[in-house]
Amino acid sequence: MNTLADTASPDSADTGSSLWQDAWIRLRRNKPAVGGAYVLLFLIVISLLTPWIAPYDYEVQNLDLGASPPSAQHWLGTDVFGRDLLTQIMYGGRVSLMVGFIATAVALLIGVTWGAVAGYVGGRLDAAMMRIVDILYALPFMIFIVLLMVVFGRNILLLFLAIGAVEWLTMARIMRSQVQSLRQQEFVEAAISLGLSQSAIIRRHVVPNALGPIIVYTTLTIPSVMLLEAFLSFLGLGIQPPKTSWGLLISFGAETMEEYPWLLIFPGLALTVTLFSLNFLGDGLRDALDVRGSKD
Amino acid sequence: MSLLSVDNLQISFSTRNGISTAVNGISFTVEKNQITAIIGESGSGKSVSCYAMLGLIPSPPGRIDGGTALFEGKDLLSLSEDELRKIRGRDIAMIFQDPMTCLNPFMTIGDQLIEPLRLHKNMGKADAKARAIELLDEVGMRSPAQCFSCYPHEFSGGMRQRVMIAMALINEPKLLIADEPTTALDVTIQAQILRLIADLQNSHDIGVLLISHDLAVVADIADQIIVMERGNLVEKGEPKAIFENAQHPYTQKLLDAIPSAERASQEGASDPLIEISSLRTWFYSDNSQEPVKAVDDVSLTINRGEILGLVGESGSGKSTLGRSILRLAPITDGTITFDGTDLTQLSGAALKGFRRRMQMIFQDPFASLNPRMTVFDTLAEPLLLHNIVDRKGLDNAIQRLMDDVGLARNFVRKYPHEFSGGQRQRIAIGRALATQPEFIVADEPVSALDVTIQAQILELLQDLGREHGLTMLFVSHDLAVIRQIADHIAVMYHGKLVERGTAAEIFGSPQDPYTQRLLASIPGKKSLAEPISA
Amino acid sequence: MLKFLISRLLQSVPVILIVVTATFFLVRAAPGGPFDEEKAVLPEVRKALEAQYKLDLPLHEQYFAYLGDLFQGDLGPSFKYPGRSVNEILASGLPITAELGFYALLIALVIGGTAGVFAALKPNTKQDYIPMTLAMVGICMPSFLLGPLLVLVFGIYLELLPIAGWGMLPGDKILPSVTLGSAYAAYVARLSRAGMLEVLSQDYIRTARAKGLPEWQVVVRHALRGGIIPVVAFLGPAFAGLLAGSFVVETIFQIPGLGRFYVQAAFNRDYTMILGTTVFLSTLIVFFNLLSDVAAAWLNPRLRAQFQGGK
Repeated sequence: MNTLADTASPDSADTGSSLWQDAWIRLRRNKPAVGGAYVLLFLIVISLLTPWIAPYDYEVQNLDLGASPPSAQHWLGTDVFGRDLLTQIMYGGRVSLMVGFIATAVALLIGVTWGAVAGYVGGRLDAAMMRIVDILYALPFMIFIVLLMVVFGRNILLLFLAIGAVEWLTMARIMRSQVQSLRQQEFVEAAISLGLSQSAIIRRHVVPNALGPIIVYTTLTIPSVMLLEAFLSFLGLGIQPPKTSWGLLISFGAETMEEYPWLLIFPGLALTVTLFSLNFLGDGLRDALDVRGSKD
Repeated sequence: MSLLSVDNLQISFSTRNGISTAVNGISFTVEKNQITAIIGESGSGKSVSCYAMLGLIPSPPGRIDGGTALFEGKDLLSLSEDELRKIRGRDIAMIFQDPMTCLNPFMTIGDQLIEPLRLHKNMGKADAKARAIELLDEVGMRSPAQCFSCYPHEFSGGMRQRVMIAMALINEPKLLIADEPTTALDVTIQAQILRLIADLQNSHDIGVLLISHDLAVVADIADQIIVMERGNLVEKGEPKAIFENAQHPYTQKLLDAIPSAERASQEGASDPLIEISSLRTWFYSDNSQEPVKAVDDVSLTINRGEILGLVGESGSGKSTLGRSILRLAPITDGTITFDGTDLTQLSGAALKGFRRRMQMIFQDPFASLNPRMTVFDTLAEPLLLHNIVDRKGLDNAIQRLMDDVGLARNFVRKYPHEFSGGQRQRIAIGRALATQPEFIVADEPVSALDVTIQAQILELLQDLGREHGLTMLFVSHDLAVIRQIADHIAVMYHGKLVERGTAAEIFGSPQDPYTQRLLASIPGKKSLAEPISA
Repeated sequence: MLKFLISRLLQSVPVILIVVTATFFLVRAAPGGPFDEEKAVLPEVRKALEAQYKLDLPLHEQYFAYLGDLFQGDLGPSFKYPGRSVNEILASGLPITAELGFYALLIALVIGGTAGVFAALKPNTKQDYIPMTLAMVGICMPSFLLGPLLVLVFGIYLELLPIAGWGMLPGDKILPSVTLGSAYAAYVARLSRAGMLEVLSQDYIRTARAKGLPEWQVVVRHALRGGIIPVVAFLGPAFAGLLAGSFVVETIFQIPGLGRFYVQAAFNRDYTMILGTTVFLSTLIVFFNLLSDVAAAWLNPRLRAQFQGGK
């Protein structure tokens, strides 16, 4: 019998590199994505530590000082009540990031479960489940969220749920198309013909291969959720004082930008940089994990 | 003077790992009114050479490092893009491998056909249309006037390739470059298209450069054959000389790889392992009432220890039959008896027990292995699942499997994407053997592989079959492959079994008209009929 | 094609019905009636008012009465602006919002589309990186930030353009349209780039080159048609986004359009107005989604044939 007759052979090393490792290497080569990841990590750490490291107390006003431009005492200046803007941005970032992560988690949970069940079970159940998604998709959700906020007051929990409820639809579609295409893959057929149970097939063969697109889409959902929150807060329909968020800070900044432009520019910068980082990271992950168009 | 004379052509690609040479100083000529064939496996540089001459390789990363390609006295390699463009589609035309993707799906056939005429000859729309319809007729399209305003998706692959040929010939080019023009087509269609190219070459008096991976395909129509291996030209000559007196070892390897020798049929006692009776596998689609009858009333017996070849074209239901036996496709009606037990009645644990005894090898070794599992995990899964070995014996068992399929033992920690196609197919074979099955369905196991690799995998399957006493259903569209490996042959057409017999019977005296047509389409008959000294 | 259109139209009916029903009951479920603030209102007056707005009827009768009115195109009277009907208010705002949306969409398609196509022609060069980085900025720079910044720079510091109004001063339409359109220009640029890259790698592009077509013809005749399909399919969602964006832009620039009315109605708790506007905007969005789906399908001969075959 011939041994190793094929000419092409893998590298001589005894251990191979998995697709995850390859993706990791590709991601590390992508400078914007790595930069984005660092910025994001920095922001998360700052947000977690804010109550301890914030330079001033969040609520303390200094009406004598009023709005002051950036200075040695107040690096980013103060607002019309004399409150330190850096402190405001740090606390606002906590809220903005939290909304981004939690609402995305809600969307992830519902969407992945819904899509996986529909995709794997197939048949009538699939048709019915996706029909629901289609109908919900056609609903003008932005308007609905505004409506919800108006009717039920500006409840932050409701905000999570409402945003999460919008974003899960796309997640469900992606997951379903992933599972469907994986189901038809020959390696899944091979697993069936080996006699593997359904749950083992899903666990060992389907889920690990569907993870890539889910990771990418999750990364890209967070910024769009944060944008949505900022949008609502700007209109006065999201986060309410005394709580604050970047959207709310931008809204206040816009009102007084003629006299105190820094009140608009710094919160805007914080939001833009965060969205930039998340988008760069998401795009980098998409390239690294080789995820193609996520439409079905 | 030759129509095209290529001298010392060198092409390289810059990749992340440095510069790799794609074509390493090849020289050849193409004569007027002759068909010159370039043969080689994937990566041999055969296509790259032709594309580079026409400025059709992306550059960077591709780069022409040297050489000349004289076409009617002009060096194609030193022409500007503008000058080259005037030659492309007018003096030199091309047809490509996959007719399904090479026509613009958003434009009508007619619009695409007249484009070269209007571009290079400034012909008016009405004249161009008349000429296009004339050519559509010549390449054998039915009702060409109607075809003119149809979109590509309304035609089959074979028909689309005819359109491609018409489009290439519409400006009466002097040289036609055909890149694997029949590879994506069914075997009976393949024969028709090859015949068409040869006839048109003759009637239009043009030179043809035919690129192919398959020596047998070009053998009948080529006037001159050039063999390439990894960027080098290793042999050239007339077909007769190549077939009878190949000099280079690689050419001999290619010749050996042409499945030719008929297997000595083992006329054993008939001891059926599998009996299929009136099997129907129908697929119901949502929008149409009429089910797709993939397998329709098929009865078939597979004897213990035999290799049954199942032949048919795409859509004939041969793969579905194989999957139905393994209960991978939903059976509509009928019975499948495996060693006395009706598989169609089994489910759950009882079915799992039988799954151990029958396994499958798939067509595409790139899709049939989970990309996120190491070879070790892939092979361990069936071993542990069916308690064939315990954890302690696992390492040994896996190493034995690696030996069996001819893979180095130290590859077990690697992932599928790190292997070549042939190596992956060996892993897939190893996985199928792991459960120590009695019966294997091999669904086109070599059709995605290069020809020399094909020969190795076929040999491996034969050896393993003998060694382990396997019964095998070998599904393939390729009669030449079937002929080499199968004891008995069954032919399927449109979901029905049309003929079954020993290999000698089928090849010697086919009864069914479809089988006869299929046999008549085998490429390379003319050359292969003559004795080959390898 | 007709069959496809009709089936899609029929599919929209339940969607709109769901919107109407959900909105109606949500608004009714809101804590606090519309006249709660005006404590001084006499009980008789209040009764009369409630009768006028049919609030004295049982909920389900109110619902069916509303549906009945809706079917005749009557969105009812406004709570806050007595004497004006929701229809009148919408009719006064619609042309302005429509014009704003049209300019924004034009900016998005022309600038975004051109940038995307050019980026795709030379991927991974400056011609690709520069527009795509700008597109990324456009996506990360929400309209409620971009608007004030533009006002600050062009209106206040440079004093080049008016900072508010619509159709009052020359050039006052520029900043709102740019503000609203820029994010969609960014999306369109990314989509058209991706679409063109996908198409340009297809085999039939090689066929076109092998025919000797000049590069611009390869792009325009062969690639563009398939490359812009994602953009066309995106127009439906983009339209919904533009409407939502108009809430912000019309607020920033004090434009008397639908978006501003909607936000004001939300703050005033003008329930009939909210209800009416939601129903109206939702219907518009559903309709435009349908239109963009149909257009995208029409561009694909294979899908077109299916619809025609099903006549």
